[in-house]
Amino acid sequence: MAENTAIKLELKHISKSFPGVKALNDVSFQLRRGTTHVLCGENGAGKSTLMKIINGIYKEDEGDIFVDGQKVKIRDPLHARNLGIAMIYQELSFVPDLTLEENICLGHWPMKGKGAIDWKAVRKKTMELLEQEGLPYAPDTKLRSLNVSDIQMIEILKAVSFNADIIIMDEPTSAITSKEVERLFEKIEQLKQRGASIVYISHKMDEIFQIADDITILRDGNVIETHEAGDIDEKTVIELMVGRKIENQYPKEEVEISDEMLRVEGLTSEGTFHDIDFHVKRGEIVGFAGLMGAGRTEVMRSLFGLDRYDSGTISVKGKEVRIKSVQDAIQNGIAMLSEDRRRYGIVPLLSVEENIALAALDKFIRKGRWYKKEEFDAVRSMCEKMRVKTPTLETKVFSLSGGNQQKVILAKWMVREPDILILDEPTRGIDVGAKSEIYQLMMELVKQGKSIIVVSSELPELIGMCDRVYVMHEGYMTGMLEKNELSQEAVMQLAVKSVQ
Amino acid sequence: MEKQMTLNKGKKNFLSKYSLIFILVIFMIVCTFANENFLTSTNLINVFRQQSVVIMLALGEMILIIAGLLDLSCGSVVAFAGVVSVLAYKSIPNLFVGFAVAIGVALAINALNGLMVTKFKTPPFIATLATQAIARGAALYITGGQNVYEIGDYNAVGQGSFGPIPIPVIIMLIALAVMIYVMRYTRFGRSTYAVGGNEEAANASGIKVNAVKMKAYLVNGILVGVAALVFMSRVNGGLPNGAKDYEFDALTATIIGGTSFTGGVGNPIGTLLGALIVGFLGNIMNLMSVDSYIQQIVRGAIIAFAVIIDIYSKDRQTSKSNK
Repeated sequence: MAENTAIKLELKHISKSFPGVKALNDVSFQLRRGTTHVLCGENGAGKSTLMKIINGIYKEDEGDIFVDGQKVKIRDPLHARNLGIAMIYQELSFVPDLTLEENICLGHWPMKGKGAIDWKAVRKKTMELLEQEGLPYAPDTKLRSLNVSDIQMIEILKAVSFNADIIIMDEPTSAITSKEVERLFEKIEQLKQRGASIVYISHKMDEIFQIADDITILRDGNVIETHEAGDIDEKTVIELMVGRKIENQYPKEEVEISDEMLRVEGLTSEGTFHDIDFHVKRGEIVGFAGLMGAGRTEVMRSLFGLDRYDSGTISVKGKEVRIKSVQDAIQNGIAMLSEDRRRYGIVPLLSVEENIALAALDKFIRKGRWYKKEEFDAVRSMCEKMRVKTPTLETKVFSLSGGNQQKVILAKWMVREPDILILDEPTRGIDVGAKSEIYQLMMELVKQGKSIIVVSSELPELIGMCDRVYVMHEGYMTGMLEKNELSQEAVMQLAVKSVQ
Repeated sequence: MEKQMTLNKGKKNFLSKYSLIFILVIFMIVCTFANENFLTSTNLINVFRQQSVVIMLALGEMILIIAGLLDLSCGSVVAFAGVVSVLAYKSIPNLFVGFAVAIGVALAINALNGLMVTKFKTPPFIATLATQAIARGAALYITGGQNVYEIGDYNAVGQGSFGPIPIPVIIMLIALAVMIYVMRYTRFGRSTYAVGGNEEAANASGIKVNAVKMKAYLVNGILVGVAALVFMSRVNGGLPNGAKDYEFDALTATIIGGTSFTGGVGNPIGTLLGALIVGFLGNIMNLMSVDSYIQQIVRGAIIAFAVIIDIYSKDRQTSKSNK
């Protein structure tokens, strides 16, 4: 057991089953002290289950867990916390209407005697932590007013506040900008230098190789391979994750581009975006790039009738239309896949079939009659086309993985047969395999003569898939790049260029 | 995996789908042994006749809760719509007039509920608490607080039978059949589940959320109106103080029937079974002469218990998910 001093956390032969699924199969995993161990794998590979076992949310069926060489049975998250384990979730867990200090101290308040919270101690502790970590927030800020990246920092602060030395981060960069990613990585470096060990779940290759000391690849509940980061390359990792070779990540092909489908002129929503002009042709994939807060999503929300706009014109197929509601947008052949699929995409407790049929109920229920078979067949063939992995069509959507939920939402719109499809961050939080499937679907759709608008924060994706890319900065359009002008540098220049 | 996509529900769903029937049957067996008067046709028919009103109210409550709404006003609206209908019948003795007036009044109050909830964004709990007071007050005001008697053939609906089957039961069964159809086979019904399950996603899918909510209140209005007439007709008078706490029974029945308080889940058959369980429970307590105060305590405990079960089972469901 002598060598165990270098091993902070060890899992041996962990298995876990859920009704009908073996989520983890004989998984062993070692986290070396003071290192970052990246866990990668497609959605449904078992990463989250493994992390939830470490955090005491699930109980393992078989296998042992060792912390500092000591065998432990982790009862619940509180027990995990006492063992020095902290988890920073993909969906951040905080109370938006409480202040920073209240969120930090939530659950372990400094007390005055038995009954009362010692607010002075709360303030003092928070100030000390903020200072120690070099974070510029006021302790009485309400978390609602902060953005995702700030809150992430505060989550880390919370972990530090109870001296966690095993910190698990579940896809921490899925909602933050590249600058914020750098800040996060600096923080991780600091934590490591203090002797903390990090488990980092991600499928973004560039960042994996930037921060990993060790990499473990999971697939279908099995550990495929574990390597030191220097011993393996990106291509191999992807292939191990997917379990097959991916020839071309961006399956872009020449498609005939013809008449104009959509033209937006002078679109303005006071205080949000101003004078937005763009157009999209049949068969085109048009990208929207920009930093967070550039207003891209807001423009799309107005175009789709989710928000109002103050002025400007929208023309579909050369005819000016007024879009006041989602129904208007759908009538005009516009569909939108939202960036926040949990909030705007799925109805979690409804089945796959019910979710997919949702936007086309008027197709399947006509004149008071439900064409059940028609609906079932349409949904099934769409699921097959989209390769939605689900046990049955009756399965409730919440139990599917993120990538499959995204495919369900896409399928919902495909059943509707829109002419113009707006995809807002279509590949956020989904794995490499599902990503390339979504790219292929995009190509199939434009081949059928549809038009696609993609809003994305992943530049390689925009550059790989788009015919043209519009770039926005703080509510203004700063430029448009043709296919041959597209490069990361060119886009970034426009993305930080301020108007006036 | 695509090949496995079939219409089969699987064993687990089968159990949870029919668990209410098992509970009802077991409960009835226990009751049969507990009291010899329980399993008699007179008693069972009586329970059905009594519960018909509650079942109709519960069906209204169900559609609202599925849509993420609520109605605390239905008991009072039964009283208000009922007495207005009785008074109208006394001047124009025609049952169609009676029905039209009862449904009209209940629809009006529920349109108000719907308006407050959709247009003014009042929480349903508060909006319908307000109309609860308004409707009860109005019922007492127009009758001067006195019961209205000598209602002639108005009582034919509530007290009559068609063969062995009481007319209220027939009306209730028609309402049930209509609701099964509405919830499963209409665009409105399907949209209701989506609105309650995730309002923002429903909106982003092109569903007119406010229209769905308004319609849910109007459907509730029709059910409450019919229930009002049946109630007054059964008790043979216009009772401005009648149907007190019926919203409580309707809610209990709905929750026991598997409608989830968080919205998006529920079905009419479950609601029927829930209402029968509540009805038989009240019945057996009466037969065994349980003190009426104790009965009230039991009813309170039951609804708390039902909600706990609902939340627990939902917890288990969702924690099973993120694999």
